[in-house]
Amino acid sequence: MIEIGLGHYLSLGAIIFFLGVIGIFLNRKNVIVILMSIELILLAVNINLISFSIFSGDIVGQIFTMLILTVAAAEAAIGLAIIVVYYRNRGSIRVEDIHGMKG
Amino acid sequence: MIIHSFFFYFFSIIAIFSSLMVITSRSTINSVFFLILDFISVGCLFIMVGAEFLGMILLIVYVGAVAVLFLFVVMMLNVAEQKQSWFIGKKSTHIPTGLIVSVLILLELLVVVGGWKYKENVMSSSTLVMSKISNTHQLGLVMYTDYILYFQLAGVVLLLAMIGAILLTFRKRIGVKKQSYFTQISRTPSTSIELKDVKSNEGIKLDD
Repeated sequence: MIEIGLGHYLSLGAIIFFLGVIGIFLNRKNVIVILMSIELILLAVNINLISFSIFSGDIVGQIFTMLILTVAAAEAAIGLAIIVVYYRNRGSIRVEDIHGMKG
Repeated sequence: MIIHSFFFYFFSIIAIFSSLMVITSRSTINSVFFLILDFISVGCLFIMVGAEFLGMILLIVYVGAVAVLFLFVVMMLNVAEQKQSWFIGKKSTHIPTGLIVSVLILLELLVVVGGWKYKENVMSSSTLVMSKISNTHQLGLVMYTDYILYFQLAGVVLLLAMIGAILLTFRKRIGVKKQSYFTQISRTPSTSIELKDVKSNEGIKLDD
């Protein structure tokens, strides 16, 4: 317990990933929280990559973490733009009200 | 070493608690604040484990840009009345399925992490070798040489995201007077000036 190894960081990543997934599935509020859950999932992936990169002494994992950061920022910008447009057209971003595709 | 594990547990408990609060807090603005707390604590973990550059990037990019973007959108849209309602309101059928899938994902991840046989020379936290050059220096040495293509493609991704966000949220407003530079500078004297011959004592009638 005292010695912090790779497993501790991987467990932390797994728990945050799980919380992100549960936030996507159980969300009844609005789509912004779903986007935040996706950010949480990407953060968990980053934790995994960085801990593997540090504990195995290879810098490439951190490069990929940086690429994931880029993609996450782009995804957040596009997603929020879509949400703004949707709100402008429909006046609501509740998850229950979004059923245009009858899914 | 005790200090190391103490800080690890401190930051990771804060991270787990705040990510729990992100998905359960009642108002969206609180979710955004807890998201910021989550990013900060995970950034501190990154700095602690030895990836200083990425920890700082996490603080700057996520807390400084992405989370503020979320805050702006939450403030712009009227989501105040859309409170969190997980199990009240209309009966929804996807909650049991979602719970089952999420718990299964967590169990699978824990099985993978717990049953992992680590390689012999994976370093532990007390034996992390600090190399001569700093983390940022190492990253730069690799990123600008071997991974230059990925670096530039990341720039293209950001450019596309910027163009896409502007294009999505842009709208033409009707009934707004706007300056049109092109028509303004393409006027010539022949199209804009009309010479009239005014007779004495008669005046002139315009706009007829």
